[in-house]
Amino acid sequence: MDHLWSLLGIAVVVLGFLVRLNPLLVVVAAALTTGIASGHSLGQTVEAFGKAFTENRYVSVLWLILPLIGLLERQGLQERARQLIGRVRAATAGRLLVIYLLARQVTAAVGLTSLGGHAQMVRPLIAPMAEAAAETELGGLPDKPRQTLRAFAASADNIGLFFGEDIFIAISSILLIKASLETAGIVVAPLQLSLWAIPTAILAFLIHGFRLLRLDGRLKREAAESAGEAA
Amino acid sequence: MITYDTLYLLAGLMFLVFGIAGAMDAANPKRWGNGLFWTLLAVVFLFASPHPLLHLPALPALWVGGVVIALSLVAGLGFTGRAEIATTSPEERQAGAARWKEWLFAVVLIVPAVTLAGTLWSSGLTSGPHPLIANPKQVSVISLVAGIAIASLVALVLFRPPPAAPLREGRRLMDSVGWAAILPQALASLGAVFALGKVGDAVGAIATNWLPLGTPAAAVAAYTVGMAAFTMIMGNAFAAFPVMTAAIGIPLIVGRFHGDPAVMGALGMLSGFCGTLMTPMAANFNVVPAALLELKDRNGVIKAQAPTAFLLLIANTVLMYVLAFRHA
Repeated sequence: MDHLWSLLGIAVVVLGFLVRLNPLLVVVAAALTTGIASGHSLGQTVEAFGKAFTENRYVSVLWLILPLIGLLERQGLQERARQLIGRVRAATAGRLLVIYLLARQVTAAVGLTSLGGHAQMVRPLIAPMAEAAAETELGGLPDKPRQTLRAFAASADNIGLFFGEDIFIAISSILLIKASLETAGIVVAPLQLSLWAIPTAILAFLIHGFRLLRLDGRLKREAAESAGEAA
Repeated sequence: MITYDTLYLLAGLMFLVFGIAGAMDAANPKRWGNGLFWTLLAVVFLFASPHPLLHLPALPALWVGGVVIALSLVAGLGFTGRAEIATTSPEERQAGAARWKEWLFAVVLIVPAVTLAGTLWSSGLTSGPHPLIANPKQVSVISLVAGIAIASLVALVLFRPPPAAPLREGRRLMDSVGWAAILPQALASLGAVFALGKVGDAVGAIATNWLPLGTPAAAVAAYTVGMAAFTMIMGNAFAAFPVMTAAIGIPLIVGRFHGDPAVMGALGMLSGFCGTLMTPMAANFNVVPAALLELKDRNGVIKAQAPTAFLLLIANTVLMYVLAFRHA
């Protein structure tokens, strides 16, 4: 049972998150624990971690977008998004997010996963539009429902992406499924895998869409509660 | 020829500016922590691979590991903090919105448009006899940065902001994200150390030894719930899938109970995605947006997603049971 010591790293992760330590510190502590518990020296572990950090730098180059988003925000991008959505009478925050969820899912299903994202779409466009719709409907938006709404705007992007992309046959997750099964000598066609992803995709839209529509009521309640507390 | 090294140079220079400007920001009580954090990160981006312009050898991986430990200490012990950085007033923004109207959206949408075009068509671009993007695996990230670069140039020409504005506005947003910005990269690296320590094998061994797997229904439930739980630990369904599929999926669901492997694979991966929605370890989907949207609750996005993820996990389990054994 020697190899079970490597699970100590997982224990560090779980414990670290439970006591709400800084996640970056937790991750580094977990990496050092895992390496040493699985029989590597401190030097070997730090070296492996550094090598992986170097190879994974591409994960962080997305931040090159921040000067652009900041520049557009200082010219009034969020205000423009608010003005536009404020004019559409039928728009509510929930309905707007349902439309975004559907658009994200459908575009991801045909392989266009880059048409979305938290830095590219949610912060500059989707969240301000949803906030403006809620402001128009409720006549202002206190902090608590605003926070709730922003969290749901991010959720629409994630759920749309996750349960759309697996319908596209050339996406990396489909290729990984195919490769994993092939190591056991089982050959499946990517198209089959895509087809079996469709029932879950439909359910994801129905479940999360329903919750997004109910969000309008929740925002109203939270706004009323905030007003009650302020009075 | 464009490779990731070009992007790292750009990002490294940007982080370096953030570091220097952060340290010089006398109004911020945590100026030295901020300055150190972004400067250390810049060092990794600029020097961790052989430097393309200065012809320096790469910083040894051991040193990079040491820098990452230093980064985690600077952030984890509370030495960094958000600065108050001046930007335009609400009135100026209203005026800007009225003036630029839909141009503002057009500039944002350049980014996905170029990313898409680059992903689809960049294989036709060449520099001399070589393809412009040498490594096909790097096409989507390079296209994204190309989109950002083109959109940024358009924004500069169109709006003619003061010269310091782009990087000051960038630092304003970078500060609001803070240390969470490098959490996805650190987690990906933790995944590599997990692989080194064979953590996946250990989890797989526990799953097969300790779970009751005697019936098709039990095996399916162990597989889907195991995928979600293991994904929550690893932060990534891709790390969990090969392990759980080799431990439970293939020997039991396909081998002993003759389930359809395509159904199992597709729904197994989607069960993992349910786990992704519920864990802070999937930082780029759950923690980074909470920071970008300035949520007070770091787990706000996870809380919004958890009920949907939980219901979908049940749905995947039922669907797999019904569909995988439909001929049996």
